[in-house]
Amino acid sequence: MAAMFSQNPLMNGPNYSFNQAPSTSSGGNKEHAFYPYTDNGGSTLAISGSDFTIIAGDTRSTSGYSINTRFQPKVFKIGGTTSAQDDATLVLSVVGFAADGEALKERLDTIVKMYRYQHGKPMSVKACAQRLSTILYGKRFFPYYVTAILGGLDEEGKGAIYSYDPVGSYEREQCRAAGAAASLIMPFLDNQVNFKNQYMPGSGVGHELQEREKIPLKINEVEDLVKDAFDSAVERHIEVGDGLQMFVITKSGIEVIYKALKKD
Amino acid sequence: MPGFDFSNHTRNAALHARGVPLPKATSTGTTIVGCIFDGGVVNCEKLHYIAPQIWCAGAGTAADTEFTTALISSELELHSLSTGRKPRVVTCMTMLKQHLFRYQGHIGAYLVVAGVDPTGVGLFTVHAHGSTDKLPYVTMGSGSLAAMSVFETQWKSKMTEQEAVTLASNAIQAGIFNDLGSGSNVDVAIITKDKTTLKRGYVKPNERSKKQKSYVFKRGTTAVLNEKIITKEEISKYVTVHELGSGEATVGEKMDIDV
Repeated sequence: MAAMFSQNPLMNGPNYSFNQAPSTSSGGNKEHAFYPYTDNGGSTLAISGSDFTIIAGDTRSTSGYSINTRFQPKVFKIGGTTSAQDDATLVLSVVGFAADGEALKERLDTIVKMYRYQHGKPMSVKACAQRLSTILYGKRFFPYYVTAILGGLDEEGKGAIYSYDPVGSYEREQCRAAGAAASLIMPFLDNQVNFKNQYMPGSGVGHELQEREKIPLKINEVEDLVKDAFDSAVERHIEVGDGLQMFVITKSGIEVIYKALKKD
Repeated sequence: MPGFDFSNHTRNAALHARGVPLPKATSTGTTIVGCIFDGGVVNCEKLHYIAPQIWCAGAGTAADTEFTTALISSELELHSLSTGRKPRVVTCMTMLKQHLFRYQGHIGAYLVVAGVDPTGVGLFTVHAHGSTDKLPYVTMGSGSLAAMSVFETQWKSKMTEQEAVTLASNAIQAGIFNDLGSGSNVDVAIITKDKTTLKRGYVKPNERSKKQKSYVFKRGTTAVLNEKIITKEEISKYVTVHELGSGEATVGEKMDIDV
């Protein structure tokens, strides 16, 4: 009778599933596995405006229930003439597997630096966006395990954001959240940046009701939205916290703003 | 019938064998600690009442800690009534371990039991499989290593009440900040032979910051596809309507509105 309740196949109980198989092998072959990826948590967020782009990311790096460090940036300036990146015009954010993020950033940076040296001008966001896609797809069967967002100003000086999946599918967007808390932040952005599900009071009845008019947000409004989005994400996601880095890209350059987040 | 209902067990086993996942119980990411001092004991985080002078901190499967402590609390009170003596911490610990051992770890309760009884101060840990420890300072839960590191470096014998509370609170905070599973606040129970003091939110090192923007929507922002107005006369056919005077305080909670 006791065996009926046993979850162990060795004890002649029902064999439920693979994850309950005996951990000690009952004679035979031992399978070895190597998994080269880890998830380092964290979240990133990018919003473009009429003449600016803001890309932000938290600075916590995690593995499991532990914190590796409270300050590991995942947003980077790309393609400046020197390693100081003082004259950079592009910003890349990478979230997911931090080692791949670092490798991807280094590789893109080198390419954009070479372009600048050979052409005597900085690379456009559009060109860099296409190049990044090619890099990611080049590792289609051993991907960089990251969600990347590239930002800058387009040829007309308007804010531009390109978001990617790990194997290079990309799209220019108005705003995008990526990483651990993407599912928490993205609906907030849809509502507050693109005014989704907001209607003009009294503008009609039933389906005649008019959607709230889209107006481009001001730079300080976006900074506030970003801070509020991250403060809320910290409350509900354990992998997000410690610090917030905001890269504000305008025609006068890139300003980096650091703000503290909760450390629990 | 008393006890657990196993009537779905065979069905669930068959379903699981076909790939249906088991429902996940809430496991509390937790740091719980206990620490004795001269004449008493302190006990931190996620506290459950057992007896007036015996309290339990619980980690692991939330429902299991809740029900196990409630059950043992009840049995211990009956035991105390039948013997005519005050309940002892060892008795409580023994009842818990015997209960948990019988269920071979399937009841996922990890507990710190602390209290003062006629024999003196008692402080124990009880693991889900039924093993127990009796130590001058203990920690459990996902933040137990972080908390224990504080005890191992700072604990000393013969502490005052205030010293013990501060040490236990620091141990909990090590869990809060260094273990992602552990939450934000510190609760403390200070138990002496004369009285038990509960301090909920003893330390709140993680208050949420104020929002930068206001998120109040103009009335009418949400689309309404159709509406139906039910008058007071109509609704009185189904429920009793009680008119509240204008001066009378409205019953029920006031809604929180972010500004």
